[in-house]
Amino acid sequence: MKKCLSDPVKLLTLLLFSLTLSFTSYAQEIPTDQAIIDAGGVLFNGNCKSCHRVKQKLVGPALAGVETRVPSIDWIYAWVRNPAKVIASGDEYANKIYNEYNKSQMTAFNNYTDEQIMSILAYVKAEANKVDAPAPGTATTTAGGDAGVPTAYLNAIVIGMILILVLLLVILVLIINALKKYLDNKDLSPEDQEIVHSKYTVGSMVRSSGFIFLVLFIVASVSFKNIIDGLYTVGIQQNYQPKQPIAFSHKIHAGQYEIDCKYCHTGALKGKQANIPSPNICMNCHAQIKEGTNTGTGEIAKIYAAIGFDPATSSYTGQQKPIEWVRIHNLPDLAYFNHSQHVNVAGVECQTCHGPIQEMDVVKQYSLLTMGWCIDCHRKTDVNTKDNHYYDKLVEIHNSKKAMKVEDIGGLECAKCHY
Amino acid sequence: MSNTNKTYWKGLPQLKNDSEFVKNADKEFVDLAVQEDPGHSRRDFLKMMGFSVAAASLAACEAPIRKAIPYINKPMDADPGIPNYYASSYINGGDYCSIVVKVRDGRPIKIEGNNLSKVTMGGTSAQVEASVMSLYDNYRLRGPMAGAEKKDWETLDKEVIAKLNEISAKGGQIRIVSNTILSPSTKAAIDKFKAKYPTTTHVQYDPISYYGIQKANKESFGTAMIPSYDFSKAKTIVSIGADFLGTWLSPIEFTKQFAVNREITEEKKEMSRLYQFETNLSLTGANADYRSMIKPSQEGLVVAQIYNILSGNGLKSIDKIAHLEKAANELKANAGKALVVCGSNDKSVQIVVNAINNLLGSYGTTILPGSPVNYRQGNDEEMATFVSDVQGGKVDGVIFYNCNPVYDHPKGEAIAAALKKLTLSVSTSTTPDETASASGLIAPDHHYLESWNDAEPKLNSFSLSQPTISPLFKTRQAQESFLVWAGESNTEYFSFVQQYWKDRFYSASTGDFQSFWDKCLYDGVLEGSSAPASYSFAGNVEGALAAIGSTYKATNTGLELAIYESYGVGNGSQANNPLLQELPDPITKATWDHYITISLTDATALGIENDSEGRTQLVNLTANGKTVTVAALVQPGQAFGTVGIALGYGRTKVGKVGENIGANVYPMLTSGESIGFSVLSGVKVEKTDEKFQLAQTQIHQTYMGRENVIQESLLSDYTKNPEYWNERSAKITKWGDKVEPGTLSLWKGHEYKNHHWGMSIDLNTCTGCGSCVVACNVENNVSIVGKQEVINRREMHWLRIDRYYTSEAKPENYKEAEIASENPEVVFQPMLCQHCNNAPCETVCPVAATTHSTEGLNQMTYNRCIGTRYCANNCPYKVRRFNWFKYHDNQQFQTVNPSMNTDIGRMVLNPDVTVRSRGVMEKCSFCVQRIQSGKLTAKRERRTLKDGEVVTACQAACSTGAIVFGDMNDTESKISKLLQIDHYKMVKNEDGEEEKVFNYGIDKKYNNPRAYRVLEEIGVKPNIFYLTKIRNKDKVKENA
Repeated sequence: MKKCLSDPVKLLTLLLFSLTLSFTSYAQEIPTDQAIIDAGGVLFNGNCKSCHRVKQKLVGPALAGVETRVPSIDWIYAWVRNPAKVIASGDEYANKIYNEYNKSQMTAFNNYTDEQIMSILAYVKAEANKVDAPAPGTATTTAGGDAGVPTAYLNAIVIGMILILVLLLVILVLIINALKKYLDNKDLSPEDQEIVHSKYTVGSMVRSSGFIFLVLFIVASVSFKNIIDGLYTVGIQQNYQPKQPIAFSHKIHAGQYEIDCKYCHTGALKGKQANIPSPNICMNCHAQIKEGTNTGTGEIAKIYAAIGFDPATSSYTGQQKPIEWVRIHNLPDLAYFNHSQHVNVAGVECQTCHGPIQEMDVVKQYSLLTMGWCIDCHRKTDVNTKDNHYYDKLVEIHNSKKAMKVEDIGGLECAKCHY
Repeated sequence: MSNTNKTYWKGLPQLKNDSEFVKNADKEFVDLAVQEDPGHSRRDFLKMMGFSVAAASLAACEAPIRKAIPYINKPMDADPGIPNYYASSYINGGDYCSIVVKVRDGRPIKIEGNNLSKVTMGGTSAQVEASVMSLYDNYRLRGPMAGAEKKDWETLDKEVIAKLNEISAKGGQIRIVSNTILSPSTKAAIDKFKAKYPTTTHVQYDPISYYGIQKANKESFGTAMIPSYDFSKAKTIVSIGADFLGTWLSPIEFTKQFAVNREITEEKKEMSRLYQFETNLSLTGANADYRSMIKPSQEGLVVAQIYNILSGNGLKSIDKIAHLEKAANELKANAGKALVVCGSNDKSVQIVVNAINNLLGSYGTTILPGSPVNYRQGNDEEMATFVSDVQGGKVDGVIFYNCNPVYDHPKGEAIAAALKKLTLSVSTSTTPDETASASGLIAPDHHYLESWNDAEPKLNSFSLSQPTISPLFKTRQAQESFLVWAGESNTEYFSFVQQYWKDRFYSASTGDFQSFWDKCLYDGVLEGSSAPASYSFAGNVEGALAAIGSTYKATNTGLELAIYESYGVGNGSQANNPLLQELPDPITKATWDHYITISLTDATALGIENDSEGRTQLVNLTANGKTVTVAALVQPGQAFGTVGIALGYGRTKVGKVGENIGANVYPMLTSGESIGFSVLSGVKVEKTDEKFQLAQTQIHQTYMGRENVIQESLLSDYTKNPEYWNERSAKITKWGDKVEPGTLSLWKGHEYKNHHWGMSIDLNTCTGCGSCVVACNVENNVSIVGKQEVINRREMHWLRIDRYYTSEAKPENYKEAEIASENPEVVFQPMLCQHCNNAPCETVCPVAATTHSTEGLNQMTYNRCIGTRYCANNCPYKVRRFNWFKYHDNQQFQTVNPSMNTDIGRMVLNPDVTVRSRGVMEKCSFCVQRIQSGKLTAKRERRTLKDGEVVTACQAACSTGAIVFGDMNDTESKISKLLQIDHYKMVKNEDGEEEKVFNYGIDKKYNNPRAYRVLEEIGVKPNIFYLTKIRNKDKVKENA
């Protein structure tokens, strides 16, 4: 009971607190309240992110520390609501950044209130103050409880042991020499003398049957393992990253501008193939955007050449030439794969198989694309039965506390992919 | 129990228990008599292996660069990987079918029937299904030609127009020769041409002439036409030599209608009765309840005798024809619900047939003269005049519009010789066929799948054709050629057709023209309406009877010849289609061959013998002054004193596949007022010393003496006790008790939680036509293997139609075998993977390449198969096929299998189905690609799968609806209702009480009394059910 009561009370106080804060922040103070920061985050991600990052220069400047760079907070209000007006007014700072960023003008957000702009600033400030978190996937794996001894330690241990062994060897040789000297000083029978002075040369050691066997065994095992490993990689083209006829960057389009994958890959929701976009889709934007971030006009000109577009006059010439992309993902013909089953029905993200495509300037094959890799996912993945009446009966019969995996409804059967 | 001791046999060697047959019967893979010479030694093998290992490892180092080239401007409705469907029309001469074409990535890959058509009603035939492959025929012309020289269209047009003007100027005669033209727009285009060159006459002829019927109707009703027939209204059907289920007039339509009255349910225990009087055993004869053998010389008399009985005129034309009197009396009893059809092209015979139908009151009920059909408009007399004119030098220019009279007219040779003397001879044929290569110029037409066109198959039933692919070659639509040569300003045939439809069918009251046109194009068909004209019979029966009396003889001692249209290659126009060449003839089960059919008695007299491997002798057949050398095939059911031979073979210029198979027998047809298909005198068959081996599939795959494959009963027995047939099915003895097979099992069974796919095949409505076989081949990229490999028993068909002859009791000696094979009953059974629930193939596979799915499918995984062939050896149904060769990308099979070995041919392959390689087993997959695609569509739309959404290729092709496929877990599905599946079972719950629960298992009870599973007693529990064959025959009283 107590707990139930205390929550709304907390919320109320928080709200009041934030209200007072926002009032105080009117005096040009950037708020630090979490609710406002969150609200700012929503606005930032929805509207600013396609051109601005907090700590990174994109189309527009990085926004970290913007409140200290600009003339005043009021200047920011004016700039956000109508940047063109500020530039036209001959404002020195405004013209400076306008020229610095190739005279590309920021979109005007004239319906933003002061509070909204301030919340964005709050978010930017909060983000800027954040210490860079370690990249996921690198350090975190070592921190895992059951991850075992990290490889770095293992190497150290091995090196240490080898050192000890070498040391032991040296000590043994020294002991042998000392013993020989000692025995030389003694009076020994000729037989014993021979034993003491018998030569253990490298040659005799190499010729010994034990040594030959050992060497043969090691060579055989190593080559066997290599052959097996090699055979496993036959036909696998992971990390295949061919040069494409147009240096199209997914990093810019999918990453920076966050264009939805399915905007261009129109088949992903409805068919087998995701479809490499036809140039007419490119032209939806590039009829206007005639210069790129990385390569200027050079690569975009190739689209124009393909579709027969004259950027100077913005008209179509009718002279077309198809673009011959290099296929990266090559499934063997005996395997049937359908994008719509995975993207549309199962709701799998593109990145699950294609990797962080939004970070790739040049696309490479991210996944193995082997049958083992497919099966593994079918074993682990829950069936997306939500709001899909096709699965109603199966869910009803499934009758188990465990989630229904793809495997449970026949996802591992041969004829689901091979026919 | 002992209600019958019928025996079923696949061919004479089995009936006679031929020693070679016995030796091979229990082997799945027969040792070939001659070991093939591999052509390379062990040393070569090692060399090759060393090389291929090196090559493979090198190849593995660098991935081949594969290009992906997207559209520049992607059309809205064209998505790679997603098929589009277009309604169109199959038109081949007068043959017609309304179709839906499946187009994948711009290539038509499959043809299915159009359910919206009132004419073909969604049915197809083997030829229609196979026609998609003729689009990708390598023999097609790449562009216009002058002799062997390539031309461009501009120079060709100039030359043609110049010569036409030259002929016109001197008042010379021009002829356009064609087969039947169904298209009103094409006729309009030809009229434009005729208007420009008024000395032009258009001559239509048909390779298979129906002119006798037209003439008879002209004399009977005043109009030269062929009426519509409605077999679905007929209770008694008498056919005298008309193979209406196979080749006669409009078999797709007739098969559909015929099936309506052959379907038996517990509610409808009535079916039609079919009497067939014929010489050769035809598909219709095989489906007849009563089949009587007559000689061609008796045909007219049989018709006359039926008339005599019905009219009660007391005359007697012929005696001692089995079932003739019975048939006539039954017709009389069922007047108004009776139909008599006759395949004769003799006017007098057809007049009497009309008189019979008139007496029976068939006009207006089973025959509809008010809606005549246009399938055969050929005029033999006009064509004969043309031949004599062209020979006599009275004609100066000829245009052959998509016809091949040099090959398929009895006077073909004369035409070819005369063409050389003409000022102008042009052919619009798509290939350099016999006529085109004899013509001076060739202006090749598009294939029908590349063309705009329309058709009027029946009066006031219209149909559109639309292109489903942009033209592969530099061809031009023939109608466009006519318009160009006529000097029209608008020569685009698309707009010509559109304008024609606008002028003729469109009325502004129904909305704007574009939506009217779009609707027509979408549906593919348009039904017009008009009041049917009424006809009254006014034929001269007496005259016709007198004519019959003088032509036909009740007893003719000489050998007679009955020439028929080949079931597979038809009139020969599709002879280069390997799908049709490899389709086993429904009756003889022979592939890739031409032969005479002869009865066992006659064959024995001539010293001709067929063995179980199809080895026979070549014979010289002489008729009508022509002699051809072909193989002899001993055919049960062939009338004594007759031989049969098919048209459609012996093409010399048709392409690599069909060239020089058999002999051309068109010159043997008799010419008179109308062309005749039987030779009554002067027929000679001489045995030669040359040996020949036919590629017959009939005795491949037998059941090793197991019974319970075919179940049948008489209609009268069925009406009394629907489970009558079951009394003789096998039982298993268990502690002195006899139990149904299947009640005992060593197996654990399966639970099918989602779908449980099953199929039902009605042996009663299956006519054995084989369109399912072709549909399966096209859908599933089934390899064509060629004649030699069929002889080696290596045909790859996933679905075969077993044709069984049946006779009472097993013959004990040769004489009895001869009697049994005289005129046996026939039953057809489509046989495909039975998708056993307890599949014997699965348990013996050492690599788990064949496994069971959670939906009841028996899956075959090619990439896992290592080719031990254990599964095939363990399959009781003999439906698994082994790839003995790499049939694709293999020079050795380029001739017979162009669809996998040539660049153009490969375009027909279904990209959703793997092309199998050498050394793997394959079999029917229940069209799993269609199942998966149907399920995916449902999932994408977030709904359950509806019954009827997943249709297998064979089911879609089946005109009679004999094949029903569906989810047996779906209580509302058609198959559940047909088999009357009980979806629930009683189980004891935790409290020990009986509870009714849904049965997801394999042992669902099916209550249809006609349903059975083949070889039920071995307990493999197939998911395919058969419905028993019911024969509408009177019971022969015992000891009678």
